[in-house]
Amino acid sequence: MSARPVMRGGLRLDGHKSRPLEHPLIRAAPPRVALLALDQGSGEDAEPLVAAGTAVRVGTRVAAGRVSSVDLHSPVSGVVRELALLPTPQGMGRCLVIDGDGRDEPDPALAPLDWQALDSADLIERLATGGIAGLGGAAFPAAAKLGLGREAGVDRLLLNGAECEPWICCDDALMRERAAQVVTGAKVMLAACGAERGTIAVEDDKPQAITALAAAIASCGDDRIEVIALPSVFPLGAEGPLIAAVTGREVPHDGLPPQVGVVCQNVGTAAAVARLVSDGMPCVSRIVTVTGSGVRRPANVEARIGTPIAELVAACDGYADDPSPRYLIAGGSLTGRALATDTAGLTKGLNCVLVATEGDLQPRGVEMPCIRCGDCATVCPAGLLPQQLHRAARSDDADGLVRLGLADCIECGCCDYVCPSAIPLTSRFRVARERRRRHEEERRRAAEARVRHERHQQRLAAESERERQAFEDARRRARGGTAPSEPRPDASRGPDTD
Amino acid sequence: MEFPIASPPYVVAGFSVQRVMLQVLFALIPVATVQLWLYGPGTLRLLAVAAITALACEGLALRLRGQPPQAFLCDGSVLVTAALLALSLPSSLPWYLAAFGTAVAVLLGKHAYGGLGQNPFNPAMVGYAVLVVSFPLEMTGWSAPGAGWDALTGATALDALRNGLRESYTIEEIRRGAEFGGIGAADGEWVNLAALAGGLYLLARRIVRWQIPVAMLFGIALPAALAHGLDPGAHAGAAFHLASGATMLGAFFIATDPVSAATSDRARLVYGAGIGLLTWIIRSFGSYPDGVAFAVLLMNLVVPLIDRVTVPRIHGHQKS
Repeated sequence: MSARPVMRGGLRLDGHKSRPLEHPLIRAAPPRVALLALDQGSGEDAEPLVAAGTAVRVGTRVAAGRVSSVDLHSPVSGVVRELALLPTPQGMGRCLVIDGDGRDEPDPALAPLDWQALDSADLIERLATGGIAGLGGAAFPAAAKLGLGREAGVDRLLLNGAECEPWICCDDALMRERAAQVVTGAKVMLAACGAERGTIAVEDDKPQAITALAAAIASCGDDRIEVIALPSVFPLGAEGPLIAAVTGREVPHDGLPPQVGVVCQNVGTAAAVARLVSDGMPCVSRIVTVTGSGVRRPANVEARIGTPIAELVAACDGYADDPSPRYLIAGGSLTGRALATDTAGLTKGLNCVLVATEGDLQPRGVEMPCIRCGDCATVCPAGLLPQQLHRAARSDDADGLVRLGLADCIECGCCDYVCPSAIPLTSRFRVARERRRRHEEERRRAAEARVRHERHQQRLAAESERERQAFEDARRRARGGTAPSEPRPDASRGPDTD
Repeated sequence: MEFPIASPPYVVAGFSVQRVMLQVLFALIPVATVQLWLYGPGTLRLLAVAAITALACEGLALRLRGQPPQAFLCDGSVLVTAALLALSLPSSLPWYLAAFGTAVAVLLGKHAYGGLGQNPFNPAMVGYAVLVVSFPLEMTGWSAPGAGWDALTGATALDALRNGLRESYTIEEIRRGAEFGGIGAADGEWVNLAALAGGLYLLARRIVRWQIPVAMLFGIALPAALAHGLDPGAHAGAAFHLASGATMLGAFFIATDPVSAATSDRARLVYGAGIGLLTWIIRSFGSYPDGVAFAVLLMNLVVPLIDRVTVPRIHGHQKS
């Protein structure tokens, strides 16, 4: 348990994490109407399996995961009302609207899982039915990650409890209060992916979490699992920097963690796995930090997936009047997304609702030209040169953007934070990335269109040739000449050569 | 409830170009004070002329380029240019030449390329170079140190060293002259000490990072020590070079101008070392008394190349 030297760049920031941790986490009541987004944060919709009017219980499967989306289960017992396009923490998306009946009955089919009796492949298959997404924010299917790790024969399971971004402290609350669940989840995941060693990495601004985890590990007596303290630097909790910090291995830019022998999961995900095996309950709730000076009583709230954000805020005694809220941010102050309304339902990928007042944030000043001070390069955890990348983005220099590593930007916002010229670098990179993507898409479509056009021309030519043939044959028949089936020597010539 | 939309991150450190520039101006106070003490009111006169000319030219250029004058006039960068140029000029220089040099620095050195952040060359050094090439006589006559308020002009230590060596005196003989102090130039020692103090302040406030100054000082000191070791009669030692001319001002204030410098840490080491080496070469073998200005301008020319070959390895990429 020692702090290790670690990451290129990064920022030491004021955490703003103490207020929600002043009291134990609270439970929000199940929502009367659950708004279950088909995209839980990974960027892909799950396939809905229920129609309007279907009766569901807590834990009934209502949508099937695809590649990067997970199965969804009803967070309430009640009746499916409709599939509607509604605000989500990611913007807008299709949501299953489920009317709760207030009885909160679990699905009778749910049963605990005797995970120790299963081999790793079966275990992963069962975990996949639990709808467990990466609760750290990416919401990628946890079982798929474990499966990749098992195939690659990884040696290390890394549980991410770094929680480096300011304001967010739901993992801290979880590790303090439910360390045993995290450790159980780690054991199940070790069995699933076949790693020999499980490391829970926590930043050293969470001494209570570290103590609780160490105690839980000691009491279960599993010496494969350890907890380590990392320095509190943003964005050390991002997957790439974290893996490098803990294992000294760098995930290749075009690869995934299993390639370097690591499966990385969030501690919240581990706790969700523990719940699935212990009482069979799939992922229908999570802990979310509701904080900022714009709420009366900042807290970590355990709430059902699909609970509208307004109800999460209400569980924290509502919005403050003075100072009044200015921004509603899904996530932390560096990478979060500003929401237009508080109607969106909680998703598996949403770790924080930051109700920020003017005083919580420091808005950037007037944008000035880049003075090439290089501070952005000093703080970049990916080792990029943001100011050169910015110049390439401005001139839409495709080669420069590739060479300077646009694809390697993790959008942590450190460069924006230090820029004396107040340049919104991260937004520019996001836009540039989107533009490149669209450009590629257009090129692909253009190529397809060209092929289609050429085929069309060929078909037209063939058709006119057939018509000509038919015309010729008809003429010949009218003259009472040779049989139509007999090939003529000039058949291949154009019509006007006759 | 409804909320406005914004883009992350929602917090910034609150650094600004203006604050950076004001810190640099603040750090120049020791140098200005020492020069005032050594050379008399000529220093103040030059600072005032340069500042007024610089602001006027900046305002004019912004107007001509259709830019909002307020934000840019207030950023303070043009005052830094003016101060650096004024503190590099001999205090006996006629005011109109100082004004001319400043105008060249601001209009040609900076705005001809597109203003703040766009200039490939250090504007103050562009102004200095134009002056030293166009008015060599006026530009080399520094006030004799200690002459105080009624300035006499005399040669600088670096000048005396060059001329002495040309006339086959040994270093030891030359350094008995009045231009020399215990380590470097009699006056230059103090100016360099003051610049070092200001520079250390900038380092401590993280306005300037260590790579360029340290690399530049090594770039001067190493070849100087080597040459002095090989032939002590013909080459001044490292300490002399470090304490003479514009060494410290150059290392901490001029070479560190971020706009015209290389950007990554490694690139800055190369850039600083190059300036140091070129300064020593020009001082030792060139025909100008001090080489800092030309060394900076020459290395400015190479910045795009340095930046290109020193791109740091990106996380997750193999060393190429």
